[in-house]
Amino acid sequence: MFKDQIGKLSSKVKNAVERGAVKKFAEAIGDLHPIYVDEETGRLSRFKNNIAPPTFPRIFDYGVIEGFNLPIKGLIHGEQTFHYDRPLLVGEELFCYTKVKNYFEKKGNFGKMGFLVLENYGEDLEGKMIFSSSSTIVISEAVRKVLTR
Amino acid sequence: MSTVAELQVGESLKVIQLKPVSRLDLIKYAGASGDFNPIHTIDEEAEKAGLPGIIAHGMWTMGNLAKLFTDYYEEGFIQDYSIRFKGMVFLNDVITLKATLKEKQENLLRFAVQAMNQHGNVVLKGEVVYRQY
Repeated sequence: MFKDQIGKLSSKVKNAVERGAVKKFAEAIGDLHPIYVDEETGRLSRFKNNIAPPTFPRIFDYGVIEGFNLPIKGLIHGEQTFHYDRPLLVGEELFCYTKVKNYFEKKGNFGKMGFLVLENYGEDLEGKMIFSSSSTIVISEAVRKVLTR
Repeated sequence: MSTVAELQVGESLKVIQLKPVSRLDLIKYAGASGDFNPIHTIDEEAEKAGLPGIIAHGMWTMGNLAKLFTDYYEEGFIQDYSIRFKGMVFLNDVITLKATLKEKQENLLRFAVQAMNQHGNVVLKGEVVYRQY
């Protein structure tokens, strides 16, 4: 049902790696390390700055893909990957967008399951790719039936 | 603190055991991440979804697991981090985080990573490719 969406891109959205958001996120994963939150530690580090935890891009806004709707409920997060060119620096800005990478269905124990692969990207303001991430979302037959789009 | 560079293939980074998962942990993660799917915070919604109770965000566990590497930020960084979510994490579960060095290729270190619950079940499993400077 998402097959016709493969290849679609969202509009790019400018996101900032905000100091407060990094602190809140680091605290939520129980990792209030000085390299994330202490300015002095950041300044004296090889990055000359604080950095963000590797799963931080979860919070970014990746824009809207026109005509593409996912429900909030009933989805199962199956797999997740991140790839980095370098760690994200606190205070920097990135252009973020998302792509429908793939959709396929497989027969499983609970009927035919749908697998949706979304790929997210973050580029610096010069257009250089800093990170990408991909999420595989499992959608059960029951959920697909009630999806309206 | 030892360094990642000293680690031999087959050895693990210092294992971390988390405190029992609390509702507040998940409420905080929902707020910090913007993932407000109610099956992670509200009992009735979890039950409606056919679950015995609220479950942790997979990304909460994945986020926690990465802290095995945080102390080594001057040595390198996580270049690739890939995870498969294998099982659910419930309230009061005690999760143990582990990273074992599998392979060294020049400046790339390949770790097998996992999170295990108190019953010995692996709830999350994957790989970290750590790039040394």
